[in-house]
Amino acid sequence: MSSEDGDVEEQLPKSVVDEVKDELPKNASEKHVREVLQRVHQEYLKTLVEPGEAVGLVSAESIGEPGTQMTLNTFHYAGVAEMNVTLGLPRIMEILDGKREIATPMMEIYLKSPYNKGKDIRKVAQSFKEIKLKDVAAEFLITPDLNIDIVFDAENMKNLGITPAGVLKGMKVGKGITVREKSDGLSIKPKNKEGGLNEVYQLKEKLKDMYIKGIKGITQVLPVKRENEFVVITAGSNLKEVLVHPDVDAERTASNDIFEIMEVLGIEAARQAIINEVFKVIDSQGLNVDVRHIMLVADTMCSTGAIKGITRYGVVSDKSSVLARASFETPIQHIIDASLVGERDHLTSVVENVMLNQPVPVGTGLPGLITKVKK
Amino acid sequence: MSEVYLNGIFVGEVEQPLEFVSQLKAERRKAKISQNLNVSYSEAMDSVMVESDKGRVRRPLIVVQNGQPLLTENHVRQLERGELNWNDMVEQGIIEYLDAAEEEDTLIAMTEAELTAESTHLEISPLLMLGYCSSLVPYANYAPGARISMGSKNQKQAIGFYVANYFVRMDMDTSILHTPQMPLVKSITHDISHYEEHPSGQNMTVAIMTYGGYTIEDAIIINRGSIERGLARSSYYRPSIAEELRYPGGLIDEVSIPDKDVKGYKSERDYRFLEGDGIIYPEAQVREGDVIIGKTSPPRFLSSLDEYNLASSIRRESSVDIKHGEQGIIDFVLLTENEEGNKLVQVRLRDQRIPEIGDKFTSRHGQKGIVGMIVSEADMPFTASGIVPDLIFSPLGIPSRMTISHLIELIGGKVGALSGRFIDGTTFHGEPEEQLRQQLQALGFRESGVETMYNGSTGEQFRVKIFVGNMYYLKLRHMVANKIHARARGPIQLLTRQPTEGRAKEGGLRLGEMEKDTFVAHGASLLLKERFDSDRTIVPVCEQCGLIAIYDEFKDRGYCPICGDAVTISNIEVSYAFKLMLDELKSLCIYPKLELMNKY
Ligand SMILES: [Zn+2]
Repeated sequence: MSSEDGDVEEQLPKSVVDEVKDELPKNASEKHVREVLQRVHQEYLKTLVEPGEAVGLVSAESIGEPGTQMTLNTFHYAGVAEMNVTLGLPRIMEILDGKREIATPMMEIYLKSPYNKGKDIRKVAQSFKEIKLKDVAAEFLITPDLNIDIVFDAENMKNLGITPAGVLKGMKVGKGITVREKSDGLSIKPKNKEGGLNEVYQLKEKLKDMYIKGIKGITQVLPVKRENEFVVITAGSNLKEVLVHPDVDAERTASNDIFEIMEVLGIEAARQAIINEVFKVIDSQGLNVDVRHIMLVADTMCSTGAIKGITRYGVVSDKSSVLARASFETPIQHIIDASLVGERDHLTSVVENVMLNQPVPVGTGLPGLITKVKK
Repeated sequence: MSEVYLNGIFVGEVEQPLEFVSQLKAERRKAKISQNLNVSYSEAMDSVMVESDKGRVRRPLIVVQNGQPLLTENHVRQLERGELNWNDMVEQGIIEYLDAAEEEDTLIAMTEAELTAESTHLEISPLLMLGYCSSLVPYANYAPGARISMGSKNQKQAIGFYVANYFVRMDMDTSILHTPQMPLVKSITHDISHYEEHPSGQNMTVAIMTYGGYTIEDAIIINRGSIERGLARSSYYRPSIAEELRYPGGLIDEVSIPDKDVKGYKSERDYRFLEGDGIIYPEAQVREGDVIIGKTSPPRFLSSLDEYNLASSIRRESSVDIKHGEQGIIDFVLLTENEEGNKLVQVRLRDQRIPEIGDKFTSRHGQKGIVGMIVSEADMPFTASGIVPDLIFSPLGIPSRMTISHLIELIGGKVGALSGRFIDGTTFHGEPEEQLRQQLQALGFRESGVETMYNGSTGEQFRVKIFVGNMYYLKLRHMVANKIHARARGPIQLLTRQPTEGRAKEGGLRLGEMEKDTFVAHGASLLLKERFDSDRTIVPVCEQCGLIAIYDEFKDRGYCPICGDAVTISNIEVSYAFKLMLDELKSLCIYPKLELMNKY
């Protein structure tokens, strides 16, 4: 390579140069560093995509081919202890379809010192869990005079570290309902009893799910040891509240709910979350897909600033070509919609040109003649 | 009080449900009530379910009382002498049929040795856990279940002697094996089902070895000498049917040699096998395109007036001919009438099928493979005693599939062939492997079944001993002769101008969506265009309105049906399917305007 040291360093991304220099021994001579960087530059050039390469299709094939092997392992649940996690193809589909409601939201909560070393780990973990009134109650009774008596389950309360006073404090009841503490529980007295038994019954069912303590949405917690620190794995996700929790190391704590990440941390974080989550599934199946393919998919999904699934309502609806959209799904609807507004198809991508039997504008079909041919 | 349900309908209550149930059972065993009745008690629901409905799956078991089966040696002897039959035993309560619900209340011993004081029933034989086809697999207890079910499925596709009156039948797509044999290693099911009357395979000498790499991917090698002696030779039969249909207006199809002025007349040569009645004669050797039943039909549309006047002369040709890729000998001609009283002609084609490369063979253990090479007898490996195998099977097929039964059958077959008797390979109680090996040794062979073998091409001794013996092999109905197909050019569909589909229509091989993607991924844009050129057309387009224009051959110029001839007409190249789509859009009142632009 004839390129000079300065050139090479400029042509490589700064992160690469820094990493190379970091890895080299401290006493390496200037000449050696230059030589290594030149070799790295050569390798770097080799990895660049060539103009006209059909990157999207190569990504689709690279993710799709291992995907066919994955279908055989569908609906396998690889649990973190007793917790269920959607893995395999269902999870990939969930992410790529851009589903708002995911089957098993979960979080990995990293803790600040000293809790990450195991101090009061059960107690800390328990403090994240959402506790509902039914978790601390043994019985809900409707008395003959249409009041509701709640009998506490003393043992459960002790396990959950909550006192009767705490329950009373956490309860938020609407107007016209009075809550009174009894020796072994609570007595709830609705003022308006005109609705009769039916209404009281509905109130009772509502009370069962009443929030008392903890973080809403977190239904299960499980402390696990990761390498040499403790993390809390949860079923259910509530990024917004967990991140502001004083004991939580907010920098490393993550959720698997991509839409929640987008709302709380923004689209760039969501893009990275898509990459991480898809890669995790593919990796856990023992398959090997270059992360750049997944990055391209994530870019496609996030390029508009909101998450769009790879569906006919998502990124496909953004395709400029009528024919391309029509060839994906529901052709009649697309053609009717296009004809109503007199849409133009500029035949700029692959599918339309295949339909017209024209050379597709990728690879050898991309370059054109600069000189105009005289007739 | 427990509730009693008869076929799911409440009928009453009983005080002591268990006693009631056992009383019912006792009555049934004494044949006082129907044998079709089953009764069970559900503790969870505290109810007695009595079932006599149709559609329950039931199975027979030997009744056990006080730890002793009711079936005695005496009964067995009576059965052998024919003094007792199955139904007698059912009526005597020795054997009873249980359904799924009643089975819940039982303790069934698999063998007599497993009987305890609590046992209520004894299996007649553990073989009964298998179905008819699976129990035809010998030594199935030495192979994984998946392989046994594959083996039994393969047997259903085997060519054999499926009926004795095949020569007067007009079955579609059937084959008859010329010299079928009874398997040397058989199971009791072979005897019960009179397998000797409809066998479907042949006993072959099999060596488990590789030979020149032709056994790759489960392929087998066959000895040409064996094929020439008639091994696995079969006949393939395919009937063709023609019917003299009646049409409204008294018009009728006619089976005859078509006149030369008939619409769609082929050539005189094509009709050369037809006799005076318009039907081919038996034993005629025919090829693709030859007419076997000459037939003409009345004209389809009687719209135009002058066609109506010349109705007799414009009959349509509708003969039955030999399809693309077929050939053979006319085997049988049948002339009858069908239910509507129409004349019906059936002609059956016969074709001898000699094993060739690509034909599919299988043992009974789910070890299927196609013929990879046919080796002349002189080049086949041979044993020290001069035995040349009929078939070579790859040892690589064994470890991952764990079909030990395949290997045991080989030893069993060897013993059977050497000692001139059938070997009982019934699953669970066949002749023990150990015993077979001892007999093999007594016959002067190695008890492991291996033998010294020599390379037929070089005469060199192989460095390893080869496992060789006899086993039952089946020729499956998937033969290359029925499947081989290729096309460079050929017929196209009328509507889309794309190639036809399927072998019978000499169709093209589809380059599908995913195959297309591979071209795109390689950036082979122009190669892809060429691949899709099958329906390429050049259409004139009016540059003013963007619709398809018309080319006037006579004046040698184009004009637009809308804008007239004072416009520029350009010829563009598109797929015909796209032109068709434009036409369809137009028929939907959508105006698909083409805007032309110079690409380069
Ligand atoms: Zn025009």
